[in-house]
Amino acid sequence: MRNLRKFLARAGLALALAATTSASLHAEVVLKRGNGAEPESLDPAISTGVPESFIQMDIFEGLVHPGPDGTLRPGVAESWEISDDGLTYTFKLRPDAVWSDGTPLTAGDFVYSWSRMVDPATASNYAFILWPITNAERITKGEVPKEQIGAQAVDDRTLKVTLRSPTPYFLQMLMHHSAYPVPKQAIEKFGREWTRPGNIVSNGAYMIQEWVPQGHIKAVKNPRFRDAAEVRIDTVFYYPIEEYGTELKQFRAGELHTTYDVPQEQIPMLEKDMAGQFRNSPYFGTYYYGINVTREPFKSNVKLRHALAMALDRDILVKQITKGGEIPAYGWVPPGVPGYEQQQVDWAGTDQKARVAEAKKILAEAGFDKGNPLKVELLYNTNDNHKKIAIAVAGMWKQFLGVETTLRNEEWKVYLESRNKKQFEVMRAAWIGDYVDPYSFLELLRGDIGEQNPAGYANPEYDATANKATAETDPAARFGLLAEAERMVLADMPIIPIYFYSQQHMVSDKVKGWQDNLMDWHPTRYLRLE
Amino acid sequence: MLSYAVRRLLGAIPTLLVILTITFFLVRLAPGGPFDGERTLPAEIERNLAAVYHLDEPLPMQYLRYLGQVAQGDFGPSFKYKDFSVTQLIWSGFPVSLQLGGTAMLLAVVIGTALGAFAALRQNSGLDHAVMGTAMVGIAVPNFVIAPLLTLVLGVHLGLLPTGGWGTWQQMLLPVVALALPQIAYIARMTRASMIELLRSNFIRTARAKGLPERVTILRHALKGALLPVVSYLGPATAAVITGSVVIEQIFGIPGIGRYFVQGALNRDYTLVMGVVIFYGVLIILFNLIVDLAYGLLDPRVRYD
Repeated sequence: MRNLRKFLARAGLALALAATTSASLHAEVVLKRGNGAEPESLDPAISTGVPESFIQMDIFEGLVHPGPDGTLRPGVAESWEISDDGLTYTFKLRPDAVWSDGTPLTAGDFVYSWSRMVDPATASNYAFILWPITNAERITKGEVPKEQIGAQAVDDRTLKVTLRSPTPYFLQMLMHHSAYPVPKQAIEKFGREWTRPGNIVSNGAYMIQEWVPQGHIKAVKNPRFRDAAEVRIDTVFYYPIEEYGTELKQFRAGELHTTYDVPQEQIPMLEKDMAGQFRNSPYFGTYYYGINVTREPFKSNVKLRHALAMALDRDILVKQITKGGEIPAYGWVPPGVPGYEQQQVDWAGTDQKARVAEAKKILAEAGFDKGNPLKVELLYNTNDNHKKIAIAVAGMWKQFLGVETTLRNEEWKVYLESRNKKQFEVMRAAWIGDYVDPYSFLELLRGDIGEQNPAGYANPEYDATANKATAETDPAARFGLLAEAERMVLADMPIIPIYFYSQQHMVSDKVKGWQDNLMDWHPTRYLRLE
Repeated sequence: MLSYAVRRLLGAIPTLLVILTITFFLVRLAPGGPFDGERTLPAEIERNLAAVYHLDEPLPMQYLRYLGQVAQGDFGPSFKYKDFSVTQLIWSGFPVSLQLGGTAMLLAVVIGTALGAFAALRQNSGLDHAVMGTAMVGIAVPNFVIAPLLTLVLGVHLGLLPTGGWGTWQQMLLPVVALALPQIAYIARMTRASMIELLRSNFIRTARAKGLPERVTILRHALKGALLPVVSYLGPATAAVITGSVVIEQIFGIPGIGRYFVQGALNRDYTLVMGVVIFYGVLIILFNLIVDLAYGLLDPRVRYD
């Protein structure tokens, strides 16, 4: 019996030894991701682009964090309480929250990070994401000092946040990179260069190890990460490949495990030959044409705007031109927001023939005919896809309605200036939501939003409904109000919805755990490599 | 020689100042600014950004501020790649651009002179006409046409070579060839012309009369003289290769300075564009000086006093 116990103990020891050596000797698991473009910055307060947000998602963790399916999960906060009036959020931080340099991560770090984010001296493009927090907007405007932000550290593990009005999507917003904690110790020591390898301190699953501009960024597993045991990929490479054709070639050569996108024209081939590795799913974005409603003939003739919208055969546009599984759009907010009923224009139920007939009638009523055709100028930014769609649209307007369209294409920055100054009649644009909530789209058409409003649309009723929704704490009632606002937009037609975006990636069959989701978020920590 | 070099370098300063001034005001003439994006920024955020980057000051004031910075060797931070200074970006891209441009130059000189010499020796033969005809095409067709064609044929249809990226010798092949082709053509034509002239000169006739083997006559006497115009062309060639690499790097997605130049212009990244222009200016001025000095060493008829 004693011998047996001895034997077992020895066997156990041997097993334990074997386990530890195999763990330390296992081969390094390396994931290579195509990542679109060279990051503008890795500072969560400074960057604005999608490529950098993918990297930041791996190296930082907010109070809440997207899971493998993009839905909200507790992050640095293990729990939170929301007051009945929806104005106070109290977050309890995990006791084991720690920076990659071993410094404990406290509630004070969030207060520091958020006040830095809205500080005018930081000059962050995305400061407005945190504006729902009390005083945040006034800090950015330079009216009050940044110490007065509505976030306080009750103690190291308790963060109390007050909002200026109930913001039901506040938690969703906290998944945005602008709400990540940033390391005061590194920022104060290194200034603008704090994001460099060697200087950077972070709190996510990975740490930046190398950064070669236009070459690659290499991140390695953070051993101090709270969930490190569950992180299977040791090293991630992010490659800034802007040419999707080049990226696809590298994927096919086995040099990449996942791609940032795919070349549009290759989609039919990929669906046929590489179906197992080609991922295509809905994305939270809308491709649309904005109509300048500050000018005639469209200013005072809502029906005329509808006529242009009706004459577009969206099925042809997505099946023959974009060919990427896009969904024809008859509403402004893309499908997929849990609990929100999708809205559509009232003629969405009729077939294309009936729509064209109706559009023709409207044009005749407005006094346009063969001798006096409606003339439209269509602005788009230089890009093959936009060009193809614009040509097709001009063709449909001509064929069905006799409308004469002049195409005007401008380089990106010039186009933005024309758009902001409302120097166009009709223009191509797109909007991708920042957080999964209809308001991310509906906010854009408020009369008080300024140049961002793509059509110069200003409807006091619409703004009042949007304000009511902002103050409403009951989620269902709020969605009802937002749907009402969306119906107003669809009735007034300052924008012509064309299609809802889809997102495409190549994902190697060696990669496991990749889940398609509306926001296109795929943190590396949830992926596996076989 | 030394005083000549110093004089030339001092003379370069006003040249650079003119380049800098013109570029400074030209990039700002283009519509749109560095911070315009899909999201229009709230007015106060726009103001904060402008204040941080001094874009809210009057232009002349910004210009003087920039001059002061440059005088201290500081090109400022990039507006687009905000975690890096312009100097850091240029130094990260320079080795790549140097490799690309240097290899292309070397290829152009070696192949160009060889082709030119052959054509000169077989004057008016089929080979001569073939080489010169091809050279004419090489000069006439711009490299932004040649590069995609090469990619299409060798990369996409035949799948022999990678179509982009940087790092392996296969990836270098297409961009280097596309960049070198027009220069090969120029150098071949120049070598041929000066070689033909030299082959008719008195000292070659003397060499042949003395009974020197033809090989020695050609290589030691004729070719050496024929290379002088090629050496003096190396200055303009450098400038051409630099401007060419701006296009080529963009087409092949090569992480060099040329790409920063294009991206910087498109992004209205004022500081980055300015930095690259000044860097290129200095490079071309220096290289021209080196070429002139080398010419003085090669050609006994030239004296710098």
